[in-house]
Amino acid sequence: MRIRFVSLIFLILSFAAPCLAQSDPKPLINQLANANFKQAEDIIGQIAATGDARVVPALEAFAEGDLYARKADDVVFITTASGSKLALVDPLTGESAGEVAKGAMTKIKVNNNLRRAIRDALGALTLMSPDRNARLQAANTMLAAPSEDNLELIETALARETDGEVRARMEEARAVSLLTSGRSIEEKREAIERIRNYGGRDAIGVLRGAYGSIDASLQPDIDKAIGAIESEIALWDMAQNVWYGLSLGSVLLLAAIGLAITFGVMGIINMAHGEMVMLGAYSTFVVQDIIRSSAPQLFDWSLAIALPVAFLVTAAVGLAIERGVIRFLYGRPLETLLATWGISLILQQAIRSIFGPTNQEVGNPSWMSGSFALGGMNVTWNRMWIIIFSLSIFFALLVLMKKSSFGLQMRAVTQNRRMASSMGIRTPWVDAFTFALGSGIAGIAGVALSQIDNVSPNLGQSYIIDSFMVVVFGGVGNLWGTLVGAMSLGVLNKFLEPWAGAVLGKILVLVLIILFIQKRPRGLFALKGRAVEA
Amino acid sequence: MTTIAETRSKSLLYLENVSVSFDGFKALNALSFVVEPGELRAIIGPNGAGKTTMMDIITGKTRPDTGTVLFEDAIDLTKRDEADIAQLGIGRKFQKPTVFESHTVWDNLELALNRSRGVFATLFYTLTGEDRARIEEILETIRLTHRKDELAANLSHGQKQWLEIGMLLAQEPKLLLVDEPVAGMTDAETAETAILLREIAKTRSVVVVEHDMGFIRDLGVKVTCLAEGSVLAEGSIDFVSSDPKVIENYLGR
Amino acid sequence: MITGFVLRALDGKIVVAIGILLAIAVLVPALNLLVPAGSAFHIPTYAVSLFGKYLCYALLALALDLVWGYCGILSLGHGAFFALGGYAMGMYLMRQIGSRGVYGDPVLPDFMVFLNWKELPWFWYGFDMFPFAMLMVLVVPGLLAFLFGWFAFRSRVNGVYLSIITQAMTYALMLAFFRNDMGFGGNNGLTDYKDILGFSVQAPGTRNVLFAMSAIMLALCLLIASAIVRSKFGKVLVGVRDAESRVRFLGFRVENIKLFTFVVSAMMAGIAGALFVPQVGIINPGEFAPANSIEVVVWTAVGGRGTLIGPIIGAVLVNAGKSFFTGAFPEFWLYALGGLFIAVTLFLPKGIVGTIQHGWHARTERKAAAEREKGEDADMMPQAAE
Repeated sequence: MRIRFVSLIFLILSFAAPCLAQSDPKPLINQLANANFKQAEDIIGQIAATGDARVVPALEAFAEGDLYARKADDVVFITTASGSKLALVDPLTGESAGEVAKGAMTKIKVNNNLRRAIRDALGALTLMSPDRNARLQAANTMLAAPSEDNLELIETALARETDGEVRARMEEARAVSLLTSGRSIEEKREAIERIRNYGGRDAIGVLRGAYGSIDASLQPDIDKAIGAIESEIALWDMAQNVWYGLSLGSVLLLAAIGLAITFGVMGIINMAHGEMVMLGAYSTFVVQDIIRSSAPQLFDWSLAIALPVAFLVTAAVGLAIERGVIRFLYGRPLETLLATWGISLILQQAIRSIFGPTNQEVGNPSWMSGSFALGGMNVTWNRMWIIIFSLSIFFALLVLMKKSSFGLQMRAVTQNRRMASSMGIRTPWVDAFTFALGSGIAGIAGVALSQIDNVSPNLGQSYIIDSFMVVVFGGVGNLWGTLVGAMSLGVLNKFLEPWAGAVLGKILVLVLIILFIQKRPRGLFALKGRAVEA
Repeated sequence: MTTIAETRSKSLLYLENVSVSFDGFKALNALSFVVEPGELRAIIGPNGAGKTTMMDIITGKTRPDTGTVLFEDAIDLTKRDEADIAQLGIGRKFQKPTVFESHTVWDNLELALNRSRGVFATLFYTLTGEDRARIEEILETIRLTHRKDELAANLSHGQKQWLEIGMLLAQEPKLLLVDEPVAGMTDAETAETAILLREIAKTRSVVVVEHDMGFIRDLGVKVTCLAEGSVLAEGSIDFVSSDPKVIENYLGR
Repeated sequence: MITGFVLRALDGKIVVAIGILLAIAVLVPALNLLVPAGSAFHIPTYAVSLFGKYLCYALLALALDLVWGYCGILSLGHGAFFALGGYAMGMYLMRQIGSRGVYGDPVLPDFMVFLNWKELPWFWYGFDMFPFAMLMVLVVPGLLAFLFGWFAFRSRVNGVYLSIITQAMTYALMLAFFRNDMGFGGNNGLTDYKDILGFSVQAPGTRNVLFAMSAIMLALCLLIASAIVRSKFGKVLVGVRDAESRVRFLGFRVENIKLFTFVVSAMMAGIAGALFVPQVGIINPGEFAPANSIEVVVWTAVGGRGTLIGPIIGAVLVNAGKSFFTGAFPEFWLYALGGLFIAVTLFLPKGIVGTIQHGWHARTERKAAAEREKGEDADMMPQAAE
């Protein structure tokens, strides 16, 4: 394909260059009527060389075998079958030219060789296509296949190009081709510079390829350019790793943020926290199940509907747990730990009894799938949304804690229960609702996690230890600590992974946290002073 | 007038320019404070004056940001931890009486006895006649002989305070720090406690932190008034309580 | 000095408990081997191993109780010490298979041949010798506990923080042992044992001996634990649990006290694991699962922490219940276990034995108080234990 393309351009330049000025391709098309295969190939080249995008439909029709010549006058038309007749269309303007009997037309024969020539010609033509995206694509094709022969065509196209991005891409394509041409050293030096700016692994390939044949005085420039590109790539790799890390961190943040309230603010060791996340994920499953069977058109909205449902379900369960068990255990953290572990066993078994032990299928809405490129890195939409989502929850919670009267009461109760109580705050209800809030947020986290993890009764188990690590690492009672803790653990994990492997990386992170807690038993952002030591 | 060097060399406990802050709050601000051997000293001051923080620093619970803390003019207490400092001979009674509630009064004292405290020494320890006599003596001093086999949890609040003082005696410290010993005591108990502390002070130095001015008057000793982390006034109770700064900062409130 | 240490251990209840344990060490094998299979008194061999398993769990619970009940350290990682002891024993048993494995390699265990390993990793050296393996049963858990405790207790990691990092410890070990390249058989663990000290592990005689060993080791550890708890050290230990800072300000090195207890406890857990493995015939990374360690906590809580007999009773009762439930209503076991966690913490915080003891104390105290009223000598009051 590439070789064909190159030879085609060569054809254009050597034989048809004088015709570039010819603005009307119509006569060329009509010449096809009497051409043999060899001649037709030449003519295709000449048509392409006009740079007139109007010829595209004609060439496409030719390749399809829909191009006919009228026997009477050898005028060429694009045809479509219409009963026993053929409907004629002007090859350039696309205007209808009536219908004629099949017998009045001669089919212009096409073979695979010609089809290939046509395809290549179309590629070159699109460089001057009125459609911006088509031009961009053509420039990209040329960039990927550098050749001295492309040079003039690109320069022609460049001369009339106005779109900035396409122009830049064409410049790069020109630079790549220029490198191996017979142009002057100054021009080549500029080209190297341009390729360096373009960057990427392909650029290194191009530069390496040109290294041997290029003028010796330019070799240091190439070395420098390759060095620069390589460090740029390393930077992007790092950025990609950071991105993966942040993405993992946002998952940790989601899992831990509810805990930051129940454990961090209230001091309750809620071992059933993971099960709250699991309940949130199952709520999503149930919501999607109902939507699938009764209103499939709403499927893209299923997560938005699941969010409040999951919040209410898990908050209600949390409220019941607090009123039923935890309130009897305040001030006895180790007992709370045991009782909530018991609750977690019961919740797991309950879900297993209702839904079965296997994974449930939770679908991704369309806007959650796919990915896009950001510079040198690849960003998937579901990860992107989860980062955005976890940060929004975090900041919403922060605002709730700092600005709302409920947040004020919550902080008052944790700081001085007796004083708060004598100020008229109903401390038992503040406790209950705080716990319900923490649980509800865990449920919301479950909605998001259902998108990237298996929804099974064991879902919560896999998050509970990580969540505690995040909260303890970040510093108990400090929401910002939880954010920083989650993100830094996520990034650390992803940086250890390529070096140590996924499992060993996780083990190392755990060991590092254990050592870290020895050093700073109260986490990254610890509260200091007499009060906390009592 | 004695020079600073002389004050220091004669001192049992010497604090100079000690500062510590928690999250920007200055709990102690260039505090200087000296206790001589055999001295009984009372410390008063409003809440947040730094009384408990000062004790935390002397006993190694908190490290000062800056300043010198010397014991017997030789040992830098800022480099030692609680167990070390206790073994050096500094005993501390907490504000809230802290005894081993699930042990008997006798066992509480036995644990406090100044004997080798290593793991194996305690594993293989057996009560000697000498130790028995010492415990009985302390029981007499703190007036708990009749309740020696009861769990400490069953003692009254005042008795717990005394038991804790008894435990400090068993430790045989050179310096005793006593934080609010009469809080929650009846008047009779308070008076008895004053007698007890004066008795104890015959053989060692004692520093008492207290809010109860009547009790301080009973003790009849040199008083140091702290406010906002430094010494406001020092002298006899009458001298200190007539100081206008003390009245403004503490008594007047 | 030492005799005093041991004699102190032998208070009434402990003597009775040790007596019972030694009796069943003889009785159960006798009922299995000597009574004919048809008799109502016959104990089938599978039941002997099952009871043996309960006794190993009882020892594990006792070990946990020493740190939790007496020292206030709630370890959620004791399963790790148990599993390490088990792995040490498992490695010995693997080496005893010799060339009888599926691949017939005289030195390498099957899984290493399967993974294409050419030689034995260095940490497998010596495990063909029984005394060395038994030493490792104590040393490996003890060393881990020492290192972990050395750092944790010196930096005063306390309460729930300590619980959480012990849990992280066992979790990290579980992940590590799941890896094939760790050299411990990965997912499948160590199994297919043939014999121990030349006797077939399947033979009824060996199983009875293993059972008797479990009962005797439990009795021995009970004796040691009792001696520790009733010494002055034991009183300091309870002091650490109830008022750590008081102990510190009395001049004790709390970190050393905790460290010693933690290491002793980890070694006991290791012994339990070592006795467990030949009786169940397998050790795999699942034993490191955090859930297992938490289950041990509930056995101890049910029986009564801070008592020595309690954890033994709790472990046997809960595990007997588990055997029954998982056989009869497998669906309900987790409900029952979960409910047990909640019920014990809410309604029975002292556990079965603790509650009974408390009731007993309350009665004797009332009596003593009544006698005091009558002007009797208060010194006659019974000494309050525990």
